Amino acid sequence: MTILPGGVCEAGTTRVNKTGGWRTFKPVYDYDKCIKCKLCELLCPDSSINPRDDGFFEFDYDFCKGCGICANECPKSAIEMVLEEK
Amino acid sequence: MAPENKLDKSKMVVVEGSYAVAHAAKVCRPNVISAYPITPQTHIVEDLSQFMADGEIPNCEYINVESEFSALSALVGSSAAGARCYSATTSQGLELMHEVLFNISGMRLPVVMTIANRAVSAPISIWNDHQDAISQRDTGWLQLYAENTQEISDMTAQAYKISEDKDILMPSMTCMDGFILSHVYEPVVLLEQDLTDEFLPAYEPEHVLDPKNPLSFGAFADPNYYTEFRYLQEQAMQKALKKIEDVANEFYDVYGRYYGGLIDEYRTDDADIIIMAMGSIVGTIKDVIDKLRDRNVKVGLLKVRSFRPFPVEAIKNVVKDAKVVVVLDKNISLGLNEGALFTETKSSLYNTDIRVPVVGYMIGHGGRDIKIDTIEKIIDEAEEVMKTGIKIESQFTDVKEELL
Repeated sequence: MTILPGGVCEAGTTRVNKTGGWRTFKPVYDYDKCIKCKLCELLCPDSSINPRDDGFFEFDYDFCKGCGICANECPKSAIEMVLEEK
Repeated sequence: MAPENKLDKSKMVVVEGSYAVAHAAKVCRPNVISAYPITPQTHIVEDLSQFMADGEIPNCEYINVESEFSALSALVGSSAAGARCYSATTSQGLELMHEVLFNISGMRLPVVMTIANRAVSAPISIWNDHQDAISQRDTGWLQLYAENTQEISDMTAQAYKISEDKDILMPSMTCMDGFILSHVYEPVVLLEQDLTDEFLPAYEPEHVLDPKNPLSFGAFADPNYYTEFRYLQEQAMQKALKKIEDVANEFYDVYGRYYGGLIDEYRTDDADIIIMAMGSIVGTIKDVIDKLRDRNVKVGLLKVRSFRPFPVEAIKNVVKDAKVVVVLDKNISLGLNEGALFTETKSSLYNTDIRVPVVGYMIGHGGRDIKIDTIEKIIDEAEEVMKTGIKIESQFTDVKEELL
């Protein structure tokens, strides 16, 4: 990638800038509890929850910043926020 | 040898300096003008408002805004959308624009703005010095200083041509001394429309804001990228050094008028004493030089037109054989007790083999008159420096001890 003077760029360049490293807590699904209501996908402010072919969802950890809105709003408490550890 | 200024007296009219500038801005065919009044700049945007009302500026939006911050912010979007943009301000107005100045230069938008230089508050002063623009030194704007109303008027067209060059794309402040130039009536040749159409091509930016082809301007740059943007801006400034000279010569070819490029010189050829200054004070200094030359004092003038980019090589070339350099500054960096032109001239000579003493005088703050006697006294003191070396490196001029 090269830069243009003035910081001019086309749309969609945030894909290059992976922000998952900002996360402290990581959301994890318990698929046994999930009822596929789709609320988490709708409410994710970073479009980091993607549908799977089987109707469940998965997190895109390259961009999820760990805000926890999905876990907070899930009506079945099917998302747990787990501390990121190395 | 600098070209001789060919002023066509049959084309001259007597107008106010602000009118000459407003007329020049009009002739440059701006697409957006943002206007907010502040003394002593107000007459410029008032005259432009009249031109708009009279239908004399086609294809142009004149935006009345609610502050100087808005005045310049409006031009961020307008310029990014491809408009040739103009505004004018001074003093507190320019300081209020501070944040937006960085945005304009960082987004590489070639806005041109006239500054009617004025002191800054507190205490309140509406009179001229250079503290307002000098305080914006590091914002990435070119800063050009004019000696008289003819020069500031013509400088408007020059500034657009420099700023809009695809290798430069940096905004310009064209600086005129408030009241001394903005409110004086003197004969000028108003910038000619036909010649300007020949001299200044239409602004055709490579990137524009357009809903059909969405782009972000001035986008987020994390530590992986930020340095390179500053690097590119500095490269553009260095290229502007040559461009300013080129445009001054091109201007001369088309209009027959010339004021110097980065700098101008007056009777410097054999000068032992070189006086450096910017703005209208240059006219007074020339008179003093003529007087002293009659008495065989070898004194000459180095007029600095471009403060940013700073013409290091051009200055070195003029002062290298002098015996003393005297720098006059209508500003001060508080805490250093030096004016900016003085500090930067000294810095330009350090690490070179030029060994000329440089002394600085801070002068004319808040519009105090700079008299011929004062300049003569400074030159007398410079002769002493030649004989006995520097006693006081940098000092205030004409401090009234009885008020302290």
